[in-house]
Amino acid sequence: MTQLESRPETVPATPQPRRSRDGETLTGAEILLECLLREGVDTIFGYPGGANLYIYRHLPGYPELKHVLVRHEQGGAHAADGYARSSGRVGVVFATSGPGALNLVTGLATAMADSVPVVAVTGQVPTNAVGTDAFQESDVIGSTMSVVKHSYLVTDLKDLVPTIKEAFHIARSGRPGPVLIDLPKDLQSAKAKFVYPEATPRMRSFVPPRDGDADAIRRAAELINAAKRPLVLCGRGVLIAGAQSELSELAHRAEIPVGWTLLGTGAFPLRDPLALQMVGFMGAGYTNKAVCDCDTLVMVGMRCDDRVTTKLTSFAPQVEHIIHIDIDPAEIGKNVSPEISIVGDAKEVLRQLIPQVTERENPAWLATIAEWREQHPIKFVNKTGLLQPQEVLIPMYERCKSEAVVVADVGQNQIWAALWFDYDKPGRFLNSGGTGTMGFAFPAAMGAKFANPDTTVFCVTGEGGFLMNVQEMATCVENNVDIKIVILNNYCLGMVRQFQDDFYEGVRSAVDLSVGPDFMKLADAFGMKGLYCNTAAGVPAVLDEALAHRGPVLMNFDIDPDANVYPIVPLGQGMLDFVEAS
Amino acid sequence: MSQARLLSLLVENRPGVLQRVSAAIRRRGFNIDSLSVGRTEDPTVSRMTITVFVGQQAAEQATKQVDKLIDVISVDDITDAEVVAHELLLVKVKSPPARRRELLDIVDIFRGRIIDVAPESVIVEVTGGENKIDRFIDLVRPFGIKELARSGEVAMVRGDHVRLSVMDLEPLQAHANGAVPAVAAEVAADTTGAV
Repeated sequence: MTQLESRPETVPATPQPRRSRDGETLTGAEILLECLLREGVDTIFGYPGGANLYIYRHLPGYPELKHVLVRHEQGGAHAADGYARSSGRVGVVFATSGPGALNLVTGLATAMADSVPVVAVTGQVPTNAVGTDAFQESDVIGSTMSVVKHSYLVTDLKDLVPTIKEAFHIARSGRPGPVLIDLPKDLQSAKAKFVYPEATPRMRSFVPPRDGDADAIRRAAELINAAKRPLVLCGRGVLIAGAQSELSELAHRAEIPVGWTLLGTGAFPLRDPLALQMVGFMGAGYTNKAVCDCDTLVMVGMRCDDRVTTKLTSFAPQVEHIIHIDIDPAEIGKNVSPEISIVGDAKEVLRQLIPQVTERENPAWLATIAEWREQHPIKFVNKTGLLQPQEVLIPMYERCKSEAVVVADVGQNQIWAALWFDYDKPGRFLNSGGTGTMGFAFPAAMGAKFANPDTTVFCVTGEGGFLMNVQEMATCVENNVDIKIVILNNYCLGMVRQFQDDFYEGVRSAVDLSVGPDFMKLADAFGMKGLYCNTAAGVPAVLDEALAHRGPVLMNFDIDPDANVYPIVPLGQGMLDFVEAS
Repeated sequence: MSQARLLSLLVENRPGVLQRVSAAIRRRGFNIDSLSVGRTEDPTVSRMTITVFVGQQAAEQATKQVDKLIDVISVDDITDAEVVAHELLLVKVKSPPARRRELLDIVDIFRGRIIDVAPESVIVEVTGGENKIDRFIDLVRPFGIKELARSGEVAMVRGDHVRLSVMDLEPLQAHANGAVPAVAAEVAADTTGAV
């Protein structure tokens, strides 16, 4: 371990004053790097190859741009995503042409579904070889078209600066998302005079909305003021807009209880008396009951997808008025048709709405909800005496409270991590909610740590998902990325196993992961500290040792292989058909 | 209830925009019945006219998804508007001299034009609404159609009002400001792409 400890601490690159290169004749590669600096980039996750070598040739000349050599491009895309989600800044990933670029696809789709600002720069074969099936050539623009917000194939060096400016503008504005720039190799080495316009690009075809329609907001306020059983559901849009305090103000002004989607976790503090919990398929019973009994539902910054609604006809059957606020008009009416739709930035719209909402109390409605909360607490039952996942997560929370970032993978670990940590602050719970990408958590946690070097970052994952990007252990060790990896190891694909047991006639098929690596030996092989635990009594000591260690730690907790996620709505059933732990 | 819906788009005249638009419609599982694209009075802007067979709600969703695309400037569903919608038909019809007069009469009734004459066939050009074109094709089918091409409808809302005039659009910014004046670009003669 001494070798590990001697590695340099992870520190963000501190921008140093740099001689302006405006007006100089630079290569395309240098122009790219100059532009990234101007966009405020400090960290790049990437992997070199034949078609982006000119960029890598010039990268050492830019020490302010910390380049993290990931061990697979998918890891790079997720790391850029985790960096962006945890900081609100644009994450950047580099890849070479062909297979390198194609390895980004899952990561781009993940960022797209969850509205994460990422800019991917892919090397492309030289312009005159594009379309000839050249070595390591693929149609990257075509292959990624449906998983990016926008993409550019640069064909003329004079377009490079405006393209990069537009790409960052598009990635971070409106509903954020990934943008890809495909840069042929010959343009990386060609030279042009570098001129950087400071003004934000104005695009006639991309004008993100900000303020909501005043008339719609006035009508929404009237409905909220007249409501007997009002309810707010919020999603990641609130976090992206930074509208937590406005949301809180609205809720307290009119005593409106607030529930959230998986990705909205942290948008409203769990310990607030008006807080419900996650809604939907694996949400809290009392949140689902509130949705089904409310008369006026305000949805803010959320898509209202099938994981929220469960069976669509069961969603909010009593509701008389639905108000949907979102920055993306295409999300309004996609699944649930609102009476009032307000297109705008959540923060701006809430600011417009709040003064029109009457201050009031809602004792009867809140008392009803309090009863449901009593009747349907989120709970777990230890029937086997084996280690339960909650017996790992609760001590984790006790140690870090809301100061840690938890990056969850996909599957049972995702829902356990969402429900068994009290997220009182925004940006503390990150996961792939839209695409549900297994293998996301580990590289994304790495990215989150680069963006938040002083914050404890946990990666909560299963042994299945962890193996999907296990190669990033080398990246972690190389850069001494101080993240704490918590593998909840049940030696099977837990969520799939639970579905097979309950919804597919109990036929367990292709879920056994008992032949996996010995994670302690694996940690050793990569030079990472490993800690093993299989009892509740052993958890605190393992967590304390991991948190005391300066550097990455891989913790393997062997948990009850039959532990299930509760509550859960059986497939095809409605919001009130949730099954609880018993 | 599904019906033919007519969408009129203004898009940036850039590579890939057609693929982006058609992919956004394809993604919802809709079939594009006809599509025509051409430059407008501003060469940086193209007009796309799309006929897609869907229900109204689905059309609304498809329209919103298309409108979201960065290169799309505007989308209008003009199905229910008072529109002029015309397409162009070119059809090569068998016309032995003995029957040529009979064919010309039909072409006249449809205000079509003969634009090429060969010993055994003629090419006829007809413009008009989809129904008119369909009826013309039915009538000349017995002569024997050798080849047929139709453009897909282009459409315009009647009256003085224009919802969004291309001339009112901002000029294309990014590529107009010439941020990097091209200095004799020294294109490297490296075409290998290999490491």
